[in-house]
Amino acid sequence: MSSTTLHAAAPELPDVLPPRKARGRVAMFAYRHPSIFVGGLLVALILASAVFAPWLGTVDPTALAPAKRLRLPSETYWFGTDMLGRDIYSRVLYGTRVSLQVGISVAFFASIIGMFIGLTSGFVRILDTVVMRVMDGLMSIPGILLAIALMALTRGSVGNVIIAITITEVPRVSRLVRGVVLSLREQPYVEAAVAAGTRVPKIIWKHILPNTLAPITVQATFICASAMITEATLSFIGAGTPPTIPSWGNIMAEGRALWQVKPFIVFFPAVFLSVTVLSVNLLGDGLRDALDPRMAKKI
Amino acid sequence: MSAIPLLEVRDLKKHFPLHGGLLGRQTGAVYAVDGVSFTVNKGETLSIVGESGFGKSTVGKAILRLYPITSGEVHLDGQRIDNLPGPHLRPLRQRVQVVFQDPFSSLNPRQRVGDIIAEPIVNFGLASGSELEDRVAGLMDKVGLPRDAVKRYPHEFSGGQRQRIGIARALAPGADLIICDEAVSALDVSVKAQIVNLLSDLQDELGLALLFISHDLAIVEHLTHRVAVMYLGKIVEVADRRTLFATPHHPYTRALLSAVPVPDPTAPRNRIILRGDVPSPINPPSGCRFHTRCPLAHDRCKVEEPVLRDVGQGQMSACHLDTPLG
Repeated sequence: MSSTTLHAAAPELPDVLPPRKARGRVAMFAYRHPSIFVGGLLVALILASAVFAPWLGTVDPTALAPAKRLRLPSETYWFGTDMLGRDIYSRVLYGTRVSLQVGISVAFFASIIGMFIGLTSGFVRILDTVVMRVMDGLMSIPGILLAIALMALTRGSVGNVIIAITITEVPRVSRLVRGVVLSLREQPYVEAAVAAGTRVPKIIWKHILPNTLAPITVQATFICASAMITEATLSFIGAGTPPTIPSWGNIMAEGRALWQVKPFIVFFPAVFLSVTVLSVNLLGDGLRDALDPRMAKKI
Repeated sequence: MSAIPLLEVRDLKKHFPLHGGLLGRQTGAVYAVDGVSFTVNKGETLSIVGESGFGKSTVGKAILRLYPITSGEVHLDGQRIDNLPGPHLRPLRQRVQVVFQDPFSSLNPRQRVGDIIAEPIVNFGLASGSELEDRVAGLMDKVGLPRDAVKRYPHEFSGGQRQRIGIARALAPGADLIICDEAVSALDVSVKAQIVNLLSDLQDELGLALLFISHDLAIVEHLTHRVAVMYLGKIVEVADRRTLFATPHHPYTRALLSAVPVPDPTAPRNRIILRGDVPSPINPPSGCRFHTRCPLAHDRCKVEEPVLRDVGQGQMSACHLDTPLG
């Protein structure tokens, strides 16, 4: 075949190819992992608003001003005022601190404790049955009920709320870790390590633990989200954060009586709670997709 | 042939208990390996062949002590190793290494290639610091991996290269015996040939003994010195490669050999088609385990179990047809 016929068949290419779209690293990342990007950005914004609450045009969230009660949202009171004249914007922003504190602490402690229990019961088979039946028992009680019961035993404080929710979340992490450990133990690379004379502690540390981190990280984000909902629920029914501390659950509880006439009192903390939980879940979903080790290099 | 074989397996049995019922009582067992004996000499390749599910891999893992054996003995260089407690066993692990089938799951995805190869060396305290780096680099050269692979992760490599990493890890502690558990079965034909050649080169160079577990007779014929044929947890025939492929004795071996594809469509083929299903190792047939599918089976095969007998030239076969009654 002559080259001319080949030329005729080939589509004509423009002399100058359009320049490749210049994309920065951030844009590339956002393009590849949209849910991590959006979720992470929102979480970062919420985190920043919690940390910098005093400098974001807020006033003392507990300052009473009965003369200015039940004001509609306006330029002075962005989210309005509640029945005691407290600025809802300030209360919601300070409430972010409680929610995030509870969510992050519970995710952290539940992951650490759950990881320890899961590893133990995955490796020490004698303990496995006992430990897992205890976890089944804990899981059979609805989380919110267990948390209420635990709160009933103690004084209402943020610390106690964290402990109560952590106890309800530990079984889920333990189960996850145990399952991952049991499947990893059967992996040929673990068998090869045994054959290569690697001792058990090193096998756990080098071969098992690093491969459980990805699922635990993902699980931790979901626990963070669910802990924030539980905290708000506990506060709403008066079994959680004491009413002296503004938390989203408390604000909603106080606005509940006036819901039909002054819906904005409940509306703003509810929106903050929903958006926060949504963004944490988005982040978790994105992490789950991205944390596959075979994909790791492509980030 | 040296007096003491490197590896001697005597009447090895591995039964996996089956639990059932409410109380989890033992209701039966999978007779995965049920009385297997063989030897592997220094620098020799013994292949164990047979269909899937006949206990080939179980033999390999039992020798590696990845799980306790039910009964039998395993001797390494004349020393019994199957009953050694952990601390005494550990130094012997240095001498027997393994290459697994799946090049993906046999390497830890979160470990760098250099660390994977170094792990056994570090475990046995054979080298450290720059000496360790040199040894790892030497092993990588030996198996044909690029030097820059040290800092990379397994997922960056192809199946064949990953299998080279696995071989380097097996060589690392200076093993005398490498158990290749279907080591090339998951690879493409061309890559398979490369890895098989690599293994034979390494064997010549280092005097390695290989226990090559495979279902691929074409590969086995290319690389092995001796072959053991397994059927349902038992060895039915052992022979030199040449003898076995030229004059297979046991009816199962003959059927197996007739199934090997011949790369010539015009060649006359004499396939022996086995009838019936593979019996379950949970409930193996009485007598000769092959009698349910054997084209030559007669009454005696159903009741009496044949033992391995010499049928000439070091060929051993377990079949009643070789030993007329009397």
